[in-house]
Amino acid sequence: MGVLALTRTDVRPFTDKEIELVSTFADQAAIAIENVRLFDSVEARTRELAKSLDDLRTAQDRLVQTEKLASLGQLTAGIAHEIKNPLNFVNNFSAVSVELIDELRDALGGVHLDSKLRAEINEIADTLQGNLDKVVRHGKRADAIVKNMLLHSRQGSGEHRAVDINALVDESLNLAYHGARAEKQGFNVTLEKSFDPAAGEVDLFPQEITRVLLNLISNGFYAASKRKAETNESDYEPTLAAATKSLGDKVEIRIRDNGIGIPPEVREKLFNPFFTTKPAGEGTGLGLSISHDIIVKQHGGSIEVDTRPGEFTEFRIVLPRRAASANKSGGGA
Amino acid sequence: MSLLILVVDDEPDVETLFRQQFRRDLRSGRFTMEFAQSAPVALQRITDAAGVSLILILSDINMPGMSGLDLLPKAKALRPDVPVIMITAYGDAETKRKALENGAEALLTKPIDFGTLRTEIDTRIERTA
Repeated sequence: MGVLALTRTDVRPFTDKEIELVSTFADQAAIAIENVRLFDSVEARTRELAKSLDDLRTAQDRLVQTEKLASLGQLTAGIAHEIKNPLNFVNNFSAVSVELIDELRDALGGVHLDSKLRAEINEIADTLQGNLDKVVRHGKRADAIVKNMLLHSRQGSGEHRAVDINALVDESLNLAYHGARAEKQGFNVTLEKSFDPAAGEVDLFPQEITRVLLNLISNGFYAASKRKAETNESDYEPTLAAATKSLGDKVEIRIRDNGIGIPPEVREKLFNPFFTTKPAGEGTGLGLSISHDIIVKQHGGSIEVDTRPGEFTEFRIVLPRRAASANKSGGGA
Repeated sequence: MSLLILVVDDEPDVETLFRQQFRRDLRSGRFTMEFAQSAPVALQRITDAAGVSLILILSDINMPGMSGLDLLPKAKALRPDVPVIMITAYGDAETKRKALENGAEALLTKPIDFGTLRTEIDTRIERTA
């Protein structure tokens, strides 16, 4: 409600004309005010619509991404299983052939041969057995890779649920640490944990986030071990630090190693699929690219890297508390 | 009477592999092995082997046509006394559950660990002895 008041200095009534003029003006003003209000509300509505369109697009992106991850998982599982069949023959035929060469030696033991020929036969038998042992060893290696692939691609990505972030990071640290120790003899690294008690719970896909953490932690182990192997500093102690921190409606996870660091030209390609600096057979180049997709596209979070060559690498993940709520279900859906 | 183990797998090389791995047992006549490359052939063989002392069936799961999991209840219906061990590349919990529910005695995964398989076979032979 508004009041339009008119006064004048000498006392006499307003003429009809004057009153009519003022009331027209008042009407116009009221219309103008009403127009502004309408304009504001239209603008607010437009903003609201634009935002919900954005939200929808993000949700759609995430769903597509989850589907993609799921089909990638199914594809990997399918391939891994198909590889196991030929691998069965490779491993078992080579193992039995090692035994057969022993039997051949035994059989030849009773035969009279001149010493030169016997030496030659023994040498060939040794070489054959050596080769077969290599086939067995590499076959087992391939089997371990396949097992790993299957582990990573367990049907879909499961369900999302509220998860205690400190427990999840701690569990991933232990998994990665024991995995690394089992894989490499003499592996050792100091673990530093700094968990914020206020980190609390985040709604996420636990399997997927564990996968990301395992990736980052084992990369950290690799970088620290590499620096240890290359360095002359006698007091160098490979260390991996994991920290969590509550940021209110978001949670931060930091994984930091004091390893070899990442040179700038590598840093640019860090999240590209199939990009790896590891020697053949040690990395697929998919770890960080999948991690990026899981954090950014599936959970609407962010992942950044800070590094200094020869000093450290730190990955910083930020997850919204309701990270997975845009997706109703996991990959299998 | 000789003991018989029936192996069901669509891959022909399985026969060569098993004959080599168990060559000593086969030579000494500890048991004999027969091979079927499909589930229907296996069922026929099980029916024919009514009088023979069939002590074990080893079956692949993924086979064209009738799968190992389809074969399992049919084989158990014919010979409830003969244990069936499934051998598969698909060692996931779901496959294992299905196999055990349908009456399989165990599930081994590929690549086959012949050490484990030999122990399984020895147990059956001791049981019949």
